Amino acid sequence: MPDTAYLFAAVAVSAGITWALRALPFAVLAPLRASRTMRFLSTRMPAGVMVILLVYCLREVSWNSTSALAPLLALAVTAGLHLWRRNALLSILGGTTAHVLLASLVFSP
Amino acid sequence: MESAADLVVRSPPPWRAALRDSGSVGLALVPLGLAFGAVLTHAGLDWWWATVFTTLIYAGSFEFLLIGLVTVAAPLAAIGLSAFLVNVRHVFYALSFPLHRVRGRAARTYSTFALTDEAYALTTTERSRKWPGTRILWVQLFLHLFWVGGATAGGLLGSLIPDSVVGLEFAMTALFAVLAIDAVRERRGDVPTPVLAVLSAVAARLLFPGEMLMAAFVLFTTGLIVRYLATGRSECDA
Repeated sequence: MPDTAYLFAAVAVSAGITWALRALPFAVLAPLRASRTMRFLSTRMPAGVMVILLVYCLREVSWNSTSALAPLLALAVTAGLHLWRRNALLSILGGTTAHVLLASLVFSP
Repeated sequence: MESAADLVVRSPPPWRAALRDSGSVGLALVPLGLAFGAVLTHAGLDWWWATVFTTLIYAGSFEFLLIGLVTVAAPLAAIGLSAFLVNVRHVFYALSFPLHRVRGRAARTYSTFALTDEAYALTTTERSRKWPGTRILWVQLFLHLFWVGGATAGGLLGSLIPDSVVGLEFAMTALFAVLAIDAVRERRGDVPTPVLAVLSAVAARLLFPGEMLMAAFVLFTTGLIVRYLATGRSECDA
């Protein structure tokens, strides 16, 4: 196991940079908030950002292998449950359970 | 006491409303936190590092990456650069996150610290438009607690999960799938936005695989601005 001082330094560096990236842009972008372009962007960005993060999560799937079926089927379970019951917890638990079962039992490496 | 009770009846305290707001996504962070704690202990770290990581850094996807970095003793500069590249997308959240409703220096400090993807998703919806700053803060705090609690439990229980059980990290994919479906459904009829997002993400994956997230956000934001300029500014003012 890496030593404690190194781990705390790694945590401090990570926390500092992450917080700076979240806090500093408010100072820079605050004057832009009133503009109409910003209003247009702010109503459309949330949906697009979440779609991009979803695609990002799938970046390491090897699409021409049968192992890709585990995340694809689990994603179908997640989306299907969510469109049907609209319960975030149910959709995420159902999708994750499906993925663990498929990846561990059916498509195990 | 009477007047306080009356107040509660008229409008529930912000923390209670926030608990309801953050409940479904927050509970979804628990399996993800369990997965995080389990991965961390399987990598050879003591369980309590799961608590330290999730409390102080609080950036889910980067924390998963950090486990791999510290187990190979990556230099601090490499860790800092990775933190920058994975989290630089957050600069875009300043465009629409309602920080102006959060009052007070300490509150704003915490609010920016806890500005995660999930917090951004929950506080930028149509129905959150009237939330006061205290409710936003409570939502962020509850999400934080769900994440720390899940990760700590995962750290403690992780050794009980056999190595043959894989794929728990899909909880994060499922979480973003749910947040994406909710956000897209809220803007029904606005098909170009998710289409533009998918195209940006796929193009970024193919052209800039090393910086996929940043490239995707830049492409997407640029695409939105072009669309705003091209489709006539007045009718798009939503």
